[in-house]
Amino acid sequence: MVTKEQVDHIAHLCKLKFAEEEKERIIHEFNVTLKELEAFNQIDLENVAPTLGVNKHVQRLREDIVGPSLDRDEVLENTVEKQYGYFKLLKIVE
Amino acid sequence: MDIVKLSAVEIKEKILKKELSATEVVKAHLNRIEEIDKDINAFISINKEGALEAAEKVDEKIKNGEELGALGGIPIALKDNIVTKDTKTTCGSKMLENYRSPYDATVVEKIKAQDGIIIGKTNMDEFAMGSSNKTSFFGPTRNPVNTNLVPGGSSGGSAAAVKAEEVALALGTDTGGSTRQPAAYCDIVGIKPSYGLVSRYGVVSLANTLDTVGVFGRDVSDAALMLSAIVGYDEKDSTSYENPTHLVVEKDLEPTEYIKGMKIGIPREIYLDQIDKRLIGVMDKVIKVFQSLGAKVEEITLPHLEYGLSTYHVISAAEISSNMARFDGLRYGYRAKEYSTLDELYINSRNEAFGDEVKRRILMGTYYLSMGLGREYYEKALKMRTLIIDDFNKAFKDYDIILTPTSPILPFQLGKLKDEPLTKDLTSIFTAPVNLAGLCAMSIPCGYVDGLPVGLQIIGDRFKEMNIIKAGLAFEGGMKNGI
Amino acid sequence: MAYKTIIGLEIHVELATNTKMFCACPNTFGGEANTHCCPVCLGLPGSLPVINKTAIEYAIKAGIAFNCKINTKTKMDRKNYYYADLVKGYQISQDDIPLCEGGYIEIELEDGAKKINLQRIHIEEDTGKLTHTMDGDTLIDYNRSGVPLIEIVTRPDMNTPEEARLFLEKLRSTLKYIEVSDCKMEEGSLRCDININVVDTETGAKTNITEIKNLNSFKGAVKAMEFEEKRHIQLLKEGKNTVRETRRWDEVKNETVTMREKGEAEDYRYAVDGDLAPIEIPDTWIEEIRNKLPELPHHKKERFMRQYNLSEYDAGVLTASKDLASFYEETLKYIDDTKLVSNWIMGDVLRRLKDEEVEIEDTKLSPKALGQLLSLIKSGKINNNTGKKVLREVFETGKDPEVIVKEKGLIQITDESQILEVVEKVLSENQQSVIDYKNGKDRALGFLVGQVMKATKGKANPQLVNKMILDLINKM
Repeated sequence: MVTKEQVDHIAHLCKLKFAEEEKERIIHEFNVTLKELEAFNQIDLENVAPTLGVNKHVQRLREDIVGPSLDRDEVLENTVEKQYGYFKLLKIVE
Repeated sequence: MDIVKLSAVEIKEKILKKELSATEVVKAHLNRIEEIDKDINAFISINKEGALEAAEKVDEKIKNGEELGALGGIPIALKDNIVTKDTKTTCGSKMLENYRSPYDATVVEKIKAQDGIIIGKTNMDEFAMGSSNKTSFFGPTRNPVNTNLVPGGSSGGSAAAVKAEEVALALGTDTGGSTRQPAAYCDIVGIKPSYGLVSRYGVVSLANTLDTVGVFGRDVSDAALMLSAIVGYDEKDSTSYENPTHLVVEKDLEPTEYIKGMKIGIPREIYLDQIDKRLIGVMDKVIKVFQSLGAKVEEITLPHLEYGLSTYHVISAAEISSNMARFDGLRYGYRAKEYSTLDELYINSRNEAFGDEVKRRILMGTYYLSMGLGREYYEKALKMRTLIIDDFNKAFKDYDIILTPTSPILPFQLGKLKDEPLTKDLTSIFTAPVNLAGLCAMSIPCGYVDGLPVGLQIIGDRFKEMNIIKAGLAFEGGMKNGI
Repeated sequence: MAYKTIIGLEIHVELATNTKMFCACPNTFGGEANTHCCPVCLGLPGSLPVINKTAIEYAIKAGIAFNCKINTKTKMDRKNYYYADLVKGYQISQDDIPLCEGGYIEIELEDGAKKINLQRIHIEEDTGKLTHTMDGDTLIDYNRSGVPLIEIVTRPDMNTPEEARLFLEKLRSTLKYIEVSDCKMEEGSLRCDININVVDTETGAKTNITEIKNLNSFKGAVKAMEFEEKRHIQLLKEGKNTVRETRRWDEVKNETVTMREKGEAEDYRYAVDGDLAPIEIPDTWIEEIRNKLPELPHHKKERFMRQYNLSEYDAGVLTASKDLASFYEETLKYIDDTKLVSNWIMGDVLRRLKDEEVEIEDTKLSPKALGQLLSLIKSGKINNNTGKKVLREVFETGKDPEVIVKEKGLIQITDESQILEVVEKVLSENQQSVIDYKNGKDRALGFLVGQVMKATKGKANPQLVNKMILDLINKM
């Protein structure tokens, strides 16, 4: 049902990697789960509207008034590398 | 008096009456933690100085005759996916092992404003994914009832901390049962409030349309006290409900008074093949208790309950995959040492810092959102969710509360649950549908079976917390009176 | 061999709101790196978005201005992908229900107006900014992360780079007119991506679409399109095809360069953002916005032509800027002569603005003053030349023209007998010029008029002087 190529493709999309042996397990898990999900086909969903959220209220819109920002030190506190007030990476980006 | 055996309500009263000081209370609980947490591993970080400082402030207030907040002097633990400025927030993961949030979650601000004393952050399944607390990077938590058993998860640390008398109250989170199930396994009360009742600002997202903050207490009054202090509209949370319910519980009524006039439904669908057969006897006893208190108990049907777990699995995985994308090692969190492209930075960091369960769910969620791959399942699950909600709406037209066992599986030994997909999630079969519908629910102890604690789930309609609290108080009273 | 170029544009415009799209951090260009950030726009764990009302308002304004349908029930979706400038690993944007749908912008071509249809306008948030240092590091500044954007997607209705340029000009001037953005391409508040390909109309062969990104100016965009057009046509001529890819415009080399191969379309796994509630726009709010919308440039131009009987050219000049147009109309309240006012504004006033490099609202000239000045001229109290002098005074001092004229004694002499006296004197003192004129030297007349003007310190009415001199000479 799920192929190794598909697993590779999805892993690439979500930036994860798996060892070859792990992939076997993953495919097995997918297949077991997807079989379970076939149960959805027992129900006629043709005229059922999807639920995107349980709330009935409508989005409250915020007034366009400036509020406090973080100090730069707080912004950079948790990063591994920083310089001149910027976050830093080795040049690996196009 | 053994301070740690006092309930939160009692602690508060004694502090107000000046029979105890907040500092004494905190010290007693810190000692307890030192004594026992090496066997339980409920805590990831403990803020000793902060707690003692807060206790001092409370004692100052008492001395000056100032009014105390609703949580005055009560020691409280927070699940480690609720951000705090004073301590790190790890989510039980290597990814955030040293993360310091520059802001407090709204619920944390509320606790501080009500003079609650935050003792520390509790252990949890990594990023709240799991139901046994075994996937934490900081080692598994043990069940204080019997340390061979799991405490449940993902809020296992908070539940264990309350049961082990390390704190009087605790917060957890609940996405598919992560507060109710550990409450059941640890023999305490856990409440999952209606979606939108408690602010999610500062609670690390697992699944945005399912997550709520949950509360733990050793009895219903304690849990209700914790809940009442944290409810309320928060403009920083766009999913926050703008007309919050007030939770004022009339004290010391007779159980029959609490339950008067309530109609109770038991869904016939709970009698599944997978349910531990011993629970059937327990449910029979529960029904008798409520009936003897004067409530009407009838069988109802929730026809789509059996699809709840699959529906929950797909929707939660999809939302998880998106919410976990921000953990890439750039701005915070674990960053791999070796990388030569941006992609490698992402892949290596995430690979080295995420545990298996987290990676698994992200992968599946990504699959379910991908066009041409699993997207169809996601679209179908959204519709199944509607049917499940409709089932509940129909039931709540005629009934005030619905009862189920909290979990179809009794507390198990660490490592003993089959690690098969969906099997290991079976514990959520009765709890997950509640999250899908955004309802409120309580897990309340209803006795032991072969030395294993059993939890009863009391489900209420959206924003009808008073119903489940009253039913809980009635049941508690009934059990105490030895019905 | 006939080739048809097909161009579609995707334009991102930063909205000129005070705060970002989902948080209250300031939305300002510049500023020290990472000083306009908060948990929300940094995507810190636990942070949640709250939508900026003014951003929605500005998006609706743009939708109305471009004749779109406003979707009153809409939502925000997550566009999932990874990049160093994207803090959450997803961008909050809109997928299947954009805020505005359809719509069009008209451009003026030589043979008439052409409608460029829009597909949609939706709201989303901007990303941070990457800079590369000489040492080979990448530095990231998240000040821009979360700034509100509208994305405008056109249908592939443009067929020449010039049409695309006209479209962009119209788009920009309209957005500036309705004060939704300052549209500065150099500052990045307007960004344009181009989709271009070419069809051989005889064989039906068509090239793969090239996407062009990283354009810094309209000029650059036009050059890039022209380059691509040629490249596509050349490949068709050779029986080849383009690769489906993204290219960027290299200003130095003056050519497009491959950025990345497109391959398969990126899978963004769009799904609703569960942290936000559905958005509902009341019809009353849309009406309120529509009523508050300033009259758009082309509407104003048409109205000026109609209402004030102006030529298309004149109306165009006067409505090019909102402030100039309202200055014109204000002046008309003080003097009811549309042609006179338009002449003076288009002439002396605009010249002054151009020389001093100022906008009309920065000068000391008020519509009232101009109206007063033109009334003086029209009534004959002063002549044109004097008028120009007075205008200069007003620009310098801001004094009322009537005050200036009084102070400097500039009132035109209209008493004919007074002028006749001077004319007779001048003629008698300049007999040679009279003879010269009679002998056919026309310039002598101008000299004589000039002498009278000098003697009267410019206050005589030149036309009257001219007539009088001729009358007298003819009698001689």
